[in-house]
This record gives sequence, C-alpha cells and structure tokens, in this order.
Amino acid sequence: MITFEGASKHYPDGTVAVDGLDLTVETGATTVFVGPSGSGKTTSLRMINRMVEPTGGTVRIDGRDVRDQDPAVLRRSIGYVIQQAGLFPHRTVLDNIATVPLLLGWRRAKARARAAELMELVGLQPAQARRYPHQLSGGQQQRVGVARALAADPPVLLMDEPFSAVDPVVRTTLQDELLRLQQELHKTIVFVTHDIDEAVRLGDRIAVFRPGGVLAQYDAPERLLAEPVDAFVESFIGYDRGVRRLSFFPARELSPRQDTVFDDQTRAEDAYDIAAGHGSPWVLVVSAEHMPLGWVGTEQLARVPAGVPLGDLDLAPYGHTFNVGTDSLRAALDAAVLSPAGLAVGVDDDGRVVGVVSQDDLGTAIWSVTE
Amino acid sequence: MDILIDLYRWFADPAQWSGDSGIPARLAEHVHYSALALVLSSAVAVPLGLLTGHTGVGGFATTSLANFARALPTIGVLFLVVLFAGIGLVPVVCALVALAVPPILVNTHEGVRGVEPRLRDAARGMGMRGRQVLLRLELPVATPLILIGVRTAAVQVVATATIAAYVGVGGLGRYIVDGQARQDLTMMLGGSVLVVALAVVTTLLFAGLRGLLVAPGLRAETASAR
Repeated sequence: MITFEGASKHYPDGTVAVDGLDLTVETGATTVFVGPSGSGKTTSLRMINRMVEPTGGTVRIDGRDVRDQDPAVLRRSIGYVIQQAGLFPHRTVLDNIATVPLLLGWRRAKARARAAELMELVGLQPAQARRYPHQLSGGQQQRVGVARALAADPPVLLMDEPFSAVDPVVRTTLQDELLRLQQELHKTIVFVTHDIDEAVRLGDRIAVFRPGGVLAQYDAPERLLAEPVDAFVESFIGYDRGVRRLSFFPARELSPRQDTVFDDQTRAEDAYDIAAGHGSPWVLVVSAEHMPLGWVGTEQLARVPAGVPLGDLDLAPYGHTFNVGTDSLRAALDAAVLSPAGLAVGVDDDGRVVGVVSQDDLGTAIWSVTE
Repeated sequence: MDILIDLYRWFADPAQWSGDSGIPARLAEHVHYSALALVLSSAVAVPLGLLTGHTGVGGFATTSLANFARALPTIGVLFLVVLFAGIGLVPVVCALVALAVPPILVNTHEGVRGVEPRLRDAARGMGMRGRQVLLRLELPVATPLILIGVRTAAVQVVATATIAAYVGVGGLGRYIVDGQARQDLTMMLGGSVLVVALAVVTTLLFAGLRGLLVAPGLRAETASAR
C-alpha cells in the first residue's frame, strides 16, 4: 500500500506541481494517474521513488516513510518504466534487463539467467538477447523496458507514460500484455498517462488530476464514467463516456432472440410467415452448423417464388458479431450499430449463432444495468 | 622530378637508418615526446571533463579556458617554459600538453553532457548512485566523442612535436630545423614526409582503438552493415 499524506511539491519560483495530495494506492492493483499536462501526475509518481522530494507532507510504502531509506536502495526495490523505455544503448538487451540485479550484487550468470526468464515473460524472442536497443522497434524496446523493471521482482512498479511513444496498434498490444502480466504477477502498479482510454482499460482505480496539482476524483473506472464529480472531470473524460462505460457490463445480461434465425434450407415463404407473424423486418440466415451467412429483408421474402430455400437468395452481409459469453454491452451495441439490419448477431466461442439482439432490447438492457 | 630522386636517395642512404641521428632514433624520440604529452593531457583532461560533464558544475569555465588555451601559440609556450625550466624535455612536453588538453577536455565534457536526460533518469530511477551513473552510463556513451577528442589532439601533437628540435631535444623536427639551417631542401622534405606518415599511422591507430573501446551498440555503422 502506498499512501500520500498531504504530499506537495512547490518550486522556489512559485510553481505548484502537486498540492496537498491525499491518496492511497492499493497493494496488488493497478492505479492510474491521469490528467492534462501540468496536473502533477508524473511529479506525484516520482515522489514514490524519491526522484522528486516533496516539499510538504509524506509518502509511505507499507507504512514506511520513503525518506527513511537511502534513495538508491529504495529505487532498486521499485520497478521503473519510462517513456521510450530509456534503454542503455551500449548494452545488449540481456544486460539492460540485468541492470538492477547487478546493482543488487547478483553474480553475472545468475542475473543473465533471470534476464532470459523475463524476456520470455514479456514476449521477446531468445534470439534478441544479444541485440542492441537501436536494433529493436519501439514496441520491442518498451517490452525490454518492462522486463528491466521487473528483473529484481519488485513489489511496486512505477510506469511513467510508458506506451505514449508507440503507434496505436502496438500500444493496444502492449496494454493487453500488461493486463496479462498483471493477472499473473499482482504487482502494485502506479501508471501515469494523459490518455483517459488507456486509464479506463488498465486501471483498477483511476486518479484524475486537474491543473495545479490537485486530485479531482479517485474512483474505479466504471464509477468515474458513471459519475464524474464535476465539469472538469466530465470534459476530461470526453463526450462518449456513456458508451465507453458499457464496456464494464457483460453482454451476458442480454437475451438473444432465436425466432428470426433460420437455416439456409428453410423455404422463403415459411420464413416469411413466421417473421411477418411477429413483425420482424429482417431474418438472419445461418448454415446447418449455425454459422451466420447473412441478412434478408422480410419484404424481399414476400416477393420470392414459393419453394426457394433461403440459401439461394442474395443476402446482405451480417457484419460484426459479438461473443455472448465474453464481450461487453459496448461490443453488442457496436455490432447492432454496424449491422445493416440494425440487429446485433450474438455468437458463442466457436462463432456459432446464439441469437440476435435488437436495438430496442439493447436499450432496455443498458437502461436496467446502468440505472 | 629531381627532388623526388633526391628524396629517394636520402631515404635509401643506409647512414640515415642507424646511429643517434638516424631515422629510427629520431622517430623513437618523436613518438616518445608525443606519447608522453598525450598520456599526460588525457590524464588531466578526461577526468576533468567527466567531472564537469557529470556535475554540470564549472562547464562554462572549463570550455572557456580550453578555448583560450587553443589560442595560445605553441611556440610561445615553448619559449616561455624554457625561460623558467631551461632547455630540455620539460618545455616541449608542456607546450604539447597545452595544445592537447583543449580538444580532449571539450569533447569529454560535451560527450557526457550529450547523454540523453531520459537515460540518466532511467539510471538514477533504477537505483544507480552518481558514480555508477558516470561509470556505467555516461563514460561508455561518451567514449566515441572522447576518442575523437584524443585523436584530434594526437594528430596535432605529432605534427607539432617537431618544435622539440628548437630546444635541442631531437625528434623528427631535427631534419626540418637542420635542413633549413643548411639550406638542404631534401632533408627538410624527408623530415616532413616522416611526420605526415606518423600522423597517418596515428589516425589509423585510433580507428583500431574505436573498434576496441566503443560498445557495438553505439557503432551505428556496424549496425546498418549487418
């Protein structure tokens, strides 16, 4: 547990970086500090490993004031990941990762063996061990940065905008990897970013900082999206917070309908009778294995000669699907919006159709869970 | 063409290659003074540059002083020291050290200063102490620039060590000074050729040193060739 008690950083020129921060970071969870530039989020992070000394208040790790320890000794017990990784250009990937174990006095062979383990953990190839940082891509460099921070198995990991310099695709991959690592390792992670989406994806708890170094709100991400405390937090989160919040509610809440799903051997007039019976404008055609094939309009069915099976008709593409077991309401809503029929196709883990969900059904489900 | 033939005869004369005033002896003297001056300069300038570069304290004073020293006429320094210390090796080495310190000092200082701040931040953030940051990060990263400084100094020292002849302590400068006194153009030219050859060898030596001392990760050319 890391606690800030009235922690402040006032510079001699009058600049206030952090002003009276009171906050508790839970052990084994990911806490994200987010805010615009000049909001003191990085300064607050750097108080934890004494890269910045507070001018007022205290910072404690598990009850112990960080100022009671020699800074170098303290820092070796805390993982530190920075923007663009900050790898040493004159050292190989393996030796970069072994930096902290060597500082702790491990024997070289043991430190390198540990470094090799970490390369595997963060998804680097053993062949990259002998390479130098400039031979790696930005994403690979950042993996090395994370491995280096984890080398001495510190309980606390500080990450200062680690993924902000890589392209969006790589960033998403690195975020997924961090989530996976955290599930395995349960470190106390403090993560700084200016990107609220990244904060919502990664954080168990999010601290929103406002300019002037003041904590605006400290909450779980779904609470933050549901109830921003004031206009600043609301505008910082962005206009689509309602939709983004849906990613915290599972699609399991929905009850997909099967009465407008027909296999491709069904005769058009039979499908028409059933669909028209409950007023569905579209029917979904599936294969014998229940894989989705496409949509056909009920009106179109009325014009088809008797006896033609649905499989012989021109079908509209079924578009995106959502996984009923693992996806969120946000994914289901997205599937409905992108579907030509306005209906979302729910599938199981093997891609077989479970049923379809209308925008009305979605609206009802969203209303009931978010109320 | 006659001068080239004379030059060839001068080098081919067996008498040139033996004795106290032969080419090997003169070359050995020249290398001796140059190496001594270079070692002394490096011993002063590299630690001082590392210190000012690492701490950031005294950087302006150091580079200003180095630039001032660059403006000193070497021959002036030579005769100035002769006034105090008399004829001999001391004034020669002093003059050469004054010549060699500025490029080494400035390059070392700039090399350390030029280490990216985020690397220094990472080093400290991982728990390195000041000395560890200097020895494990700043020195290796600055090495290419430091070597360039020492190489520049070395070439200048080798070319300038000819002044030793003015104060009667030999070296390849003897041929030039004596040749001038005797109006012997061939001898002067022979001495000059030897000095130029030694400067070229010095440059090659530093190319080899670079391969030996600079970490492969810092040698961009090597990397792109792979």
